[in-house]
Amino acid sequence: MADNTITVNIIDREGITHELEAPTDMNMNIMEVCRSYELPVEGRCGGMAMCATCQCYLESDHDLPEQTDSELDMLDEAFFVEDNSRLGCQIQITDNIDGIKLRLAPEGN
Amino acid sequence: MIKTDIIIIGAGPVGLFTIFEAGLLKLKCHLIDSLPQPGGQLTEIYPKKPIYDIPGYPTVDAGELVDNLMEQAAPFKPEFTLGESAVSIDETADNQFIVTTNKGTQHMAPVVMIAGGLGVFEPRKPPVENLEVYEDKGVEYIIKDPKFYHGKRVVIAGGGDSALDWAIYLVEHKIVSELSLVHRRTSFRGHLDSVQKVMNLADTGKINLITEAEVTGISGNGKVENVTIKHKTQGEFVKEIDHFMPLFGLKPSLGPIANWGLDIEKNAIKVDTVDYSTNRPGIYAIGDVNTYQGKLKLILCGFHEGTIAVQSAFARIHPDKKNVLKYTTVNGINGF
Repeated sequence: MADNTITVNIIDREGITHELEAPTDMNMNIMEVCRSYELPVEGRCGGMAMCATCQCYLESDHDLPEQTDSELDMLDEAFFVEDNSRLGCQIQITDNIDGIKLRLAPEGN
Repeated sequence: MIKTDIIIIGAGPVGLFTIFEAGLLKLKCHLIDSLPQPGGQLTEIYPKKPIYDIPGYPTVDAGELVDNLMEQAAPFKPEFTLGESAVSIDETADNQFIVTTNKGTQHMAPVVMIAGGLGVFEPRKPPVENLEVYEDKGVEYIIKDPKFYHGKRVVIAGGGDSALDWAIYLVEHKIVSELSLVHRRTSFRGHLDSVQKVMNLADTGKINLITEAEVTGISGNGKVENVTIKHKTQGEFVKEIDHFMPLFGLKPSLGPIANWGLDIEKNAIKVDTVDYSTNRPGIYAIGDVNTYQGKLKLILCGFHEGTIAVQSAFARIHPDKKNVLKYTTVNGINGF
């Protein structure tokens, strides 16, 4: 694997797993990585945690940084929320999420 | 019929700056927006968020940028139709466009600029089966006249300010006979004093507060009669009601724009980058609503697009008039 690159696993809404290479040095987040691979992630608000169109479910045991108030606030109003819900835009691409597995939440937020 | 030179659909930052650029060419603008105030997403979604990539402003809050754009546009006396969404564009035999809103307001101009951003703001609807069947039959997303709910049993869903504020209003004014507030969590994200009020009203039995729960079903014969509420741990139960109001804020959707005979690609309007014109001569699309090779959804790019588009609009409106680029530093601003 190239330097500064990790692998993220995104399970789309059809259940297909996409193994994506993501750069750790481009200040990107999961929503942006999905969009750059043209996966069906809308990211309507552009990454401000102000819509929930990038909601996904954490399906691996990676230890993510604590959720910010703004992420919790948004998930509070979002639909299809589960205990393992996260906003993709709030998960930064860093070395410690290498191999992470995330499932895209249904559309409709 | 409202008559103007350019009808701008969308009063976000790009629409607002276009007033200024059109004004320099002595073209008058009338803006239509579904929101009750100008500013689009900036005012509706993130007024307090800083923006760092407006040239000349190291940082500016979105709301402040809108205020400044309004001030900048003011000399050119723009007019607005707010709180109404453009639903159709018709063309007359003499190359005029008539833009009609959902409330029937009609506007006429030789040029239309669509600066619609992400589209029209509509209520966010929770994923409840058959919800749309009961719209206006007991399901309402916007409370137009509180008196309409006099003596009724109402369920409000949501945890934001609008859910809290309406729950408080309908109870404190003794309008409803019963009010239940259903929310997914035990805490609320609304203003602290609203949250405290709701808690107090719940303690005294005036609001039936159902937390860690969601409305998952709706039923009734021709109108809402029951909702099914699913509690996180206690399972489902059915509640008899007269009105169900899911208040989860607004979200934008392309809406009627998709039906205007314009070339659409990836939920955006295709334009020619020579002048940001669409496939319908006289209709332009600028800002986040358009798409072309290399498109960047940035406010500053939208400013550029509007500036170029009004030059082309001028040539369409005044085919026989000469026009040269004038510098504001030399000529100042000559308002209307």
